[in-house]
Amino acid sequence: MSSIVSYGSYIPRFRIRTEDIAKEWGENPENIKSGLFIHSKSVPGPDEDVLTISAEAAKNALRRTDLDKSKIGAIYVGSESHPYAVKPTSSILVEALGLSYDIHSADYEFACKAGTAAMQNVMAMVDSGQIENGMAIGADTSQGAPGDALEYSASAGGTAILIGKNGFADFNATLSFTTDTPDFWRREGEKYPSHGGRFTGEPAYFKHVLTGAKKMMERMGTKPEDYDYAIFHQPNGKFPTRAAKMLGFKDEQVKDGLLTPYIGNTYSSSMIIGLSAVLDKAESGDRILGVAFGSGAGSDVFDMTVNDRVKSLKRERAKGVMEQVNNPIWIDYATYVKYRGKIIMRGA
Amino acid sequence: MSEVPRFWRESRHRYRLVGTRCTNCDTLYFPPRVICPTCRRESVGKMKEEEMSGAGEIYSFTVVHDGLEQFKMQIPYVMALVKMKDGPFVTAQIVDCSPEEVKIGTKVTATLRKVRSEGKEGIIQYGYKFTICP
Ligand SMILES: [Zn+2]
Repeated sequence: MSSIVSYGSYIPRFRIRTEDIAKEWGENPENIKSGLFIHSKSVPGPDEDVLTISAEAAKNALRRTDLDKSKIGAIYVGSESHPYAVKPTSSILVEALGLSYDIHSADYEFACKAGTAAMQNVMAMVDSGQIENGMAIGADTSQGAPGDALEYSASAGGTAILIGKNGFADFNATLSFTTDTPDFWRREGEKYPSHGGRFTGEPAYFKHVLTGAKKMMERMGTKPEDYDYAIFHQPNGKFPTRAAKMLGFKDEQVKDGLLTPYIGNTYSSSMIIGLSAVLDKAESGDRILGVAFGSGAGSDVFDMTVNDRVKSLKRERAKGVMEQVNNPIWIDYATYVKYRGKIIMRGA
Repeated sequence: MSEVPRFWRESRHRYRLVGTRCTNCDTLYFPPRVICPTCRRESVGKMKEEEMSGAGEIYSFTVVHDGLEQFKMQIPYVMALVKMKDGPFVTAQIVDCSPEEVKIGTKVTATLRKVRSEGKEGIIQYGYKFTICP
């Protein structure tokens, strides 16, 4: 079956603290921090978007392998904040990364699991022999309406997963679970998303994440203790922690892949940036469960095992996730609203 | 829409710092040249496209306090002349830093960013800027 040949992430350096958002809206920051379990979030610079973030993540993935770029036969980008409504992010990336023009490409959308849907498509193309290698990217510069609870979590980041044969982490299986659930949406042309408030928890996140994870363990005949790492979609710090506990996973299996408390919810990169952080330290034989969730709603589940080829992976050639997490430029709320286009400039 | 064709022709140079090397005298040019100004006729048919590594250092710089409308969000920002490891000099914005962090000789690396967009309807122009190496 197909495997991960390389991977890379990119997190914008600008960060804002939960306190600095809460104080503008008269909220008690301690309530937010303990309620959502988010301390800070990443903010894209005024000149960053899903294309630039995807490009930097993909470049990090390409740095870690000696694979000939011309052997990449597909590039798919999942996001809910593509820079253009019509004009693919993926085609700009083909030129920006210097890939072969003989390449399959498309942009994907499925709330926060568009990037993992892209991974599944690339896996299928590699498994069927249609392509040798393909790149799947999940990236977002998500927005929350000012004063909305989402403003504490909606952040920016991207992860690129290069999939092919003979990689360093084998996919043992993947599956998806999808239902029509109106937990979160954004109509065409609207700047900010709407959500079903408390409706987002039980019938949306927990139902799809728990069902997906259980179905995978049933299919593979595994138990939580068979995995060294488990990564769950992380809209905040609280949901994935609770989902892990409900499934029977322990803190030490989950903590390395839980980034939202420090960088917020990177949406389409949420689960896979956690996977990227785990791959930064995983060793041969480690088994990993990854569960992505997208509102609307569905889950994509991956069961992976790291193999001996991890020893020849050039991880040090690109900055790891924690290295980027620990290299912030702190900004205040005024700079944040300016950078995020929440104030209207003349001629804009 | 007047800028679209020109931007499209130059996109790979702007996205990936692709220059041209004169294989007659082994000089790399950026922006790319069709013929080598030194070798002139000798260089015809001998100019080869080459992507730069993205590594360079600050040769000179200025801090812009009163910039174009397009860059108003980023004032004050740094414009620098970067000496690329591959040879050529490139003028570009230095981002993700405060002006105090920029010095002559500071090592920088190329990053792809939005350079400008033609209003709300037009195309978004992407190109190289630089960030400071840690
Ligand atoms: Zn010459």
